[in-house]
Amino acid sequence: MSALPAAEIVEHSALPPTLSERAASRAIQAQIRRKADARADPPWVKWLVISVAVAFLGLFIVLPLACVFTEAFAKGVAAYFAALTHPDTLSAVRLTLIVAAISVASNVVFGVIGAWAIGKFEFRGKNLLITLIELPFSVSPVIAGLVFVLLFGLQGYFGSWLVAHNIKVIFALPGIALATIFVTFPFVVRELIPLMQQQGTEEEQAALSLGASGLKTFFRVTLPNVKWALLYGVLLCNARAMGEFGAVSVVSGHVRGETNTMPLQVEALYDSYQFAAAFAVASLLALLALVTLVMKIVLEDRLMEE
Amino acid sequence: MKISVIGATKRFGDFTALKEVDLEVRSGELLALLGPSGSGKTTLLRIVAGLDWPDEGQVQFDGEDALSRSAGQRQVGFVFQHYALFRHMTVFENVAFGLRARPRGERPSEPEIRRRVEKLLDLVQLGWLAQRYPTQLSGGQRQRIALARALAIEPRVLLLDEPFGSLDAKVRKDLRRWLRNLHSEIHVTSIFVTHDQEEALEVADRVVVMDKGRIEQTGTPQQVYNNPQTPFVHEFIGESIVLPVFVEANQVRFAGRAIGIVPQGMPDGAATLFARPFDMTILPALAEDNLKGVVKRIHGIGPARRIEIELVSDQPQTVIEIDASRSQQWQIGQSVSLRPEQYRLFPGRL
Repeated sequence: MSALPAAEIVEHSALPPTLSERAASRAIQAQIRRKADARADPPWVKWLVISVAVAFLGLFIVLPLACVFTEAFAKGVAAYFAALTHPDTLSAVRLTLIVAAISVASNVVFGVIGAWAIGKFEFRGKNLLITLIELPFSVSPVIAGLVFVLLFGLQGYFGSWLVAHNIKVIFALPGIALATIFVTFPFVVRELIPLMQQQGTEEEQAALSLGASGLKTFFRVTLPNVKWALLYGVLLCNARAMGEFGAVSVVSGHVRGETNTMPLQVEALYDSYQFAAAFAVASLLALLALVTLVMKIVLEDRLMEE
Repeated sequence: MKISVIGATKRFGDFTALKEVDLEVRSGELLALLGPSGSGKTTLLRIVAGLDWPDEGQVQFDGEDALSRSAGQRQVGFVFQHYALFRHMTVFENVAFGLRARPRGERPSEPEIRRRVEKLLDLVQLGWLAQRYPTQLSGGQRQRIALARALAIEPRVLLLDEPFGSLDAKVRKDLRRWLRNLHSEIHVTSIFVTHDQEEALEVADRVVVMDKGRIEQTGTPQQVYNNPQTPFVHEFIGESIVLPVFVEANQVRFAGRAIGIVPQGMPDGAATLFARPFDMTILPALAEDNLKGVVKRIHGIGPARRIEIELVSDQPQTVIEIDASRSQQWQIGQSVSLRPEQYRLFPGRL
């Protein structure tokens, strides 16, 4: 039995398309639909293509997902809930929620400021900044984790200073949060930049000329104009923050009940042959993925209206 | 309120958008800034609004320095070319924005805001759209809402950037008349930017013609049309026939021959003759000195008739098109003489 835990599914998903990419692909799809009659393929081609697609989807997505839930309930419902209410698991859930909250909050702040700077001002090095923002997508999360060990670990650049001041970063919450922030860095800003660029600054200028202060202009004009894109970014950022494995694994230290996040807890349980418990925790992550998916669809519709 | 711009210069990198511009806007007048794109008219408007700052020069409102005040503090109503309505707010909230944005102490009460917004929506005749969103409105409706929003702050000056620029021709004409009427109703000092001479001449009390960051001429529509002060104004406003001429011994010569007009005090040397097409009289070919040409084409439907005449010239083909009366009959290929009844000479060649 070697189905991947759900955490892995979340972690290795490809880059999500930005909104404008999504709009373009919808337009193309509509075009294809309109043309379908004119170049009707033989029915067997249609059904063959559809069956292959469905078979792939079943094999690689539905089967593993079903597997997670089957294995989770393999020893019965009571065992499932016992596994979930185990203190170590609860601690992992708590840690995951805290880390997700920290990284979402900091990415919202950075994302809005970064997108504002890039979308509404012209300055030197702007293109470099845009490239750098996407860096975490192209760097392996393990490397991201190692960077923080190198910086803040005992042997790291700031290691002795941190020890002298009795501050623990690596193998503690701050390290996990830092690694997660690094990995989830691009999600919010990436959604906002194209939208803010497209919207320009005229509405802000109008607000200023009507006597609104800078702060009022930001909260009453700029922010509401991007609210759905912001929520969309938050959603993706949150899903990734909760599911992150590689980077967190390097900086966490794997102390059960202390520095294990949910994905790490899944691994720890699995490694100690507690398969049902491992899959019970994994099922929570799978559930998160499903909820994220539904919310994504709802938000995308809202965004299309915007 | 009176607005004075004194010696305003504005550069964007290597490009000089405004060069030492002086402008006086009289209290209560409707002034048009007219010019081709890149002439600096929008930059000048934005400097008055406080959305841009000049590198040099001053801006005064009723003699008081305006540059030390921000756009919001200047109490100017600005109407953007592309409306810039707040897309996530209803029409009502758009118009109410300026009132709600005031600091708590100066903010009118909720019923008072409601009363004033409704009054403004009535003024622009769009009260029935109060609960709609900007995307649900037509271009002309958006423009009027943008105007109502700008008027909500009881501006001392109303500034409009190409107010009809993105509307289709029919709506444009209606809105033009409507703006004229609105201005005579509320009488707030107003400046609008346009590249459409017809618009400027029809709507404005005074027109400021701009080119390459400078003011070419300021005057009433009649003045700039009938008495253009520079070659640019003559060519830019209304149709012009432009001919390279030479002044010599108190005579004006075209293609080496005198053409029977006086040089209006122009010194000897190269010059350029400007005339309106309707100021040219066509005569049967005369023996004496005048402009000579051959009828090439006659066209025109309804009351207007246009004749294309190729001038007798030693230079590359020069064809001019002039208005002619219906009562005279001309044949294609006929030789004719031309006499400019009204004309202007400017020194040098264009």
